[in-house]
Amino acid sequence: MVNVIWMGLILIGILVAAITGNMEAINEAAFEGAKVGVTICFGLISVLVFWLGMMKIAEEAGLLRLFARALGPVGRFLFPDVPKDSPAMGYILSNMSANLFGLGNAATPMGIKAMEELQKINPNKDQASPAMITLLALNTSSITLIPTTIIAIRMNYESANPVEIVGTTILATMCSTVVAILLDKWFRYRNRHHI
Amino acid sequence: MYNMVTTISLWAIPAIIVLILLAGAVNRVPVYETFVEGAKDGFDTAIKIIPHLVGMMVAVSIFRASGALDYIIKAISPILTALQIPAEIVPLALIRPISGTGALAITTNIIENFGPDSFLGRLASTMQGSTDTTLYVMTVYFGAVGIRKVGYALKVGLWADIAGAVAAIVIVTLVFG
Repeated sequence: MVNVIWMGLILIGILVAAITGNMEAINEAAFEGAKVGVTICFGLISVLVFWLGMMKIAEEAGLLRLFARALGPVGRFLFPDVPKDSPAMGYILSNMSANLFGLGNAATPMGIKAMEELQKINPNKDQASPAMITLLALNTSSITLIPTTIIAIRMNYESANPVEIVGTTILATMCSTVVAILLDKWFRYRNRHHI
Repeated sequence: MYNMVTTISLWAIPAIIVLILLAGAVNRVPVYETFVEGAKDGFDTAIKIIPHLVGMMVAVSIFRASGALDYIIKAISPILTALQIPAEIVPLALIRPISGTGALAITTNIIENFGPDSFLGRLASTMQGSTDTTLYVMTVYFGAVGIRKVGYALKVGLWADIAGAVAAIVIVTLVFG
C-alpha cells in the first residue's frame, strides 16, 4: 500500500507536469523535498536526544512503571496483547499524555521509544504488529486538548477570541480518535478470524 | 480560560522535568550519567529516519509542485458545492494527511484572507488542530524501527483523517454556523 502511494505520488506528479509543461517545477521540487526531509531529521536530533535522556531517568526511577499501572485499564483495552508490566506500556501512555497536552516535541521521542519496545516483542520484525498499528492510529488521529500552534496563529492575526476553537477541536478530535479505535479493533478482529 | 491555557502550556514541560529529576533523586538514580546514556539513542534514531523521510518528502513535494492536487480539487469541487461544503477548505482537508507544513501554510493563508473569526477561519483552525499528518507520523514511527509492511495502518489513519475532517465541518457549522 505504501509502495503504491509513494510511486503514485511521484508518477502522477511527473505525468501532470509533463502534460502541463511544468517540468521545471518538478526538478526543483525533488531536491527541495529531499532537503526538507533531512532538515526535519536534523531538527529532530535535539528533541530526541534531550527527551530520550530524560525518559531514561524516568524509566530508571520507576516513573514509567508507575504511570503504566495507573493508566492500566485504558492500556489493556487498547493494547490487549502487550504485557501490562512491559516498558512499552509506560512509553505508550507517556506518548498519549504528551499528545493530549499538545506537547508534540515530547510526544515523538516517547512514541518512537514505544515502537522500539513493541518491536522487541514483535514476532515478525518486518511487519507492523497490531499493537504498533494501534499506537500509530492513536497518533495520527491525534487526541489533542490544547492545539497550541493554531492558538498562536489566531493570536497573531488578532482574533477576538483565539481559544474559542478549543471546544470544537476537542469534539472533532474525539470523533477521529473514536473512528480510529473502532476501525483498528475491527481490522484486528477481521485479521484474526478470516485470514 | 485563555490565561489557564497559556499557563498550562508554559508550565507543563518545566514541571515534567522537575518531576523526573526529583523521582530520579529519590530513587538514587545517577541522574546525569543516566541522562547521557539515554540521550545517546536520540542521535541514532534521528539518523535512521532520514532515508524514510527524504523518500516521502520528495514524493509529496513532486506531487504538490506538479499541480496535480489543484486538478483533484477542481474536479471534486462541484460535489462539495452540492453538499454545501466551502471549496476553500478542500485543499486543507486533502493536504492535511500528507504534509504538515503544507497544511499549516494553507490554514495560515485562510486565516489571513478571511480572518480568524470568520466561519472559514474557525473551520480551518478546528481542522488543523484535530487531525495529524498521517503519512509523516507513519514514516517516522515505522521508519525508526525498520517496519516495511505496514498492514492496515494506512487505511485506519486515512479513514480517521476523513472522519476528523467531516466532524470538523459538521461541528463548526453547528456551533458557529
